[in-house]
Amino acid sequence: MQKAMAASDGMLLQKQARRGHLQVWLERMRPYLYIAPALTFFFLFFLFPIGYVIYLSFFDWSLLNLEEMDWVGLDNFKELLAESDFHQVLGNSFVYTVSTVFLGILISFFLALWLNRSARVYGIIQAAVFSPHIISLVSIAMLWMWLMDPQYGLLNALLEMVGLPGYTWLADPKSSLMSLVLVSIWKGVGYNTIVFIAGLQSIPKDIYEAAELDHSPWWRTLTRLTIPMLSPTLFFLLVINTVSSFQVFDTIYVMTQGGPINSTNMLVFYIYEQGMDFYNGGAASAASVILLVVVGILTLLHFRLMGKRVHYQ
Amino acid sequence: MARVVLNGITKTFQNQTVVKGIDLVVPDGSFTVLVGPSGCGKSTTLRMIAGLEQATDGEIRIGDQIVNDVPPGKRDVAMVFQNYALYPTMNVYDNIAYGLRNRGVSKKECKVLVEEIAEVVGLTPYLARKPAQLSGGQRQRVALARAMVKKPKVFLMDEPLSNLDAKLRNQMRVELTSLHKQLGSTFIYVTHDQVEAMTMGDQIVVMSEGNIMQVAAPMDLYQEPENLFVAQFIGSPAMNIIPAEGDIQILWGFRPEKAILLPDTGADVPLENMITLRGKIISREILGADSLYYVDTEKGRVVVKVDTDQAADIPSDLRIGVPVVHLYEFDRDTGKRLLRKEGYALSSLAGGMV
Repeated sequence: MQKAMAASDGMLLQKQARRGHLQVWLERMRPYLYIAPALTFFFLFFLFPIGYVIYLSFFDWSLLNLEEMDWVGLDNFKELLAESDFHQVLGNSFVYTVSTVFLGILISFFLALWLNRSARVYGIIQAAVFSPHIISLVSIAMLWMWLMDPQYGLLNALLEMVGLPGYTWLADPKSSLMSLVLVSIWKGVGYNTIVFIAGLQSIPKDIYEAAELDHSPWWRTLTRLTIPMLSPTLFFLLVINTVSSFQVFDTIYVMTQGGPINSTNMLVFYIYEQGMDFYNGGAASAASVILLVVVGILTLLHFRLMGKRVHYQ
Repeated sequence: MARVVLNGITKTFQNQTVVKGIDLVVPDGSFTVLVGPSGCGKSTTLRMIAGLEQATDGEIRIGDQIVNDVPPGKRDVAMVFQNYALYPTMNVYDNIAYGLRNRGVSKKECKVLVEEIAEVVGLTPYLARKPAQLSGGQRQRVALARAMVKKPKVFLMDEPLSNLDAKLRNQMRVELTSLHKQLGSTFIYVTHDQVEAMTMGDQIVVMSEGNIMQVAAPMDLYQEPENLFVAQFIGSPAMNIIPAEGDIQILWGFRPEKAILLPDTGADVPLENMITLRGKIISREILGADSLYYVDTEKGRVVVKVDTDQAADIPSDLRIGVPVVHLYEFDRDTGKRLLRKEGYALSSLAGGMV
């Protein structure tokens, strides 16, 4: 009798202990359960594709025949990096990014300085400057193709009106890349300006008043106060603009198809071309990995170089 | 060093007049405090002297010069802001030196001047720090140093102590007054705190709704208020105001500390040279040495301040006595103080008692 009781006691204790373990385990899993939906999404649409594209870049494979995939190691990369077309693509991407980011930020900064006022007119101009941001890039590309048409375009008509010769725009390899830069700046300036204006408005007014009492000339107020205090905004825009410039696709696809003579071909369009036009999966995957690495390195550099200089309040 | 003269100064913002043609003389070397409730125009007045706001009308003189059209940087004034307005991206040294560099002072001379001032305000160990790494009190000192290093004719201060905790505020109050004595320059100080005004200023300007209510030395302001507003604004707790006996055009005022609590004997025993009010104690606040009694009387609620030691057993039904010498008379409509008549007789109290 006692034995039986002892035995049942033991079982009870065991049960309790087991329940205890279960509870602890459940408690520990709880936060993961909560973030599971977001985590699933993240794995499925970010981490997995990145991993998979890296994996794919080691194979020679065609989109026409997915059965046959040959492991080639780093051959895809070697081939890409030996190819002069790809060099040009990388070069174009760099020139395009540097021009877009530098000019875009410079123009937006001065626009923001000018538009950072409360009068109604400035509000209307702000809205006008911002409007390209909400228009689809494809529409913008079509619009600018028409504007830049050498024969019937509005831009050349204007140039002729003031007695200047017409410009080649997209038709000449010498001017085509800069024409795309122009379109991208036109689209991006509005967003940058609004972000800059927000940054300017977060600078306390009394700092400018103190500067006025300190007899600070306007350019010193700009370089010693405004720009340092805008550095977080500047940094943010620099990273965002650089990354998005490297990803340019729509304008190339609609306006130039990478031409003339490969002069506007850039990384993302090159990847698309390799994969979708030439069905060359290996090269497309390898180029994607290179894009990932380049953008990653640039962002890291930004953080390294700017991180120390950026002033956060 | 200079006196500041305001002549009919008006400021209008979008149809709203915040300063209504004020005249004021700030004597050379004085510590003048502009005090008043928020929205009375005191800060706007200060900002017009600084040049941060343009006067709509009138004339501002600093020293012998009319400065209406002189930019702030050339008025030879320095200002300490409520939020200090330090340059967050510069270290303490650059914060202090910035104004000097803009005036073309050489780097060498700058270094000497900044280090000298830093020594005076005790900032020497912090010169390399950014404002964000400093405490509130230290930031306040940087703001002061930045103003002092320019050796201005006039110091302007816009509620500089309101962001500090109570203890530090008291300490800085003393430091500011001793600084004023040391420098001997003209100080114009804006505050909404009447205690600050009374303790620091040698000339107090009480403002209300864009007008100057009274300009006087602290004790004069307390003892001889020219109008109801000043009487109620200066002094804590505020002066009690009750309708006068016999004349509805007149209001009486008396300070809480000048009233005496008397037992209610039931009979209306007239007391010599004193008015009395019958009332009931509503509540009591012990401040320490003093206690405040809130009493409902037949003429409204009044506050009486008495020595806590002497207030041990006060019945809840009592009489309040106010010596006639301590009674102020005001016109009900204009709020103006009526002149005290000869003897203790009040104009509305024809020799009789209440």
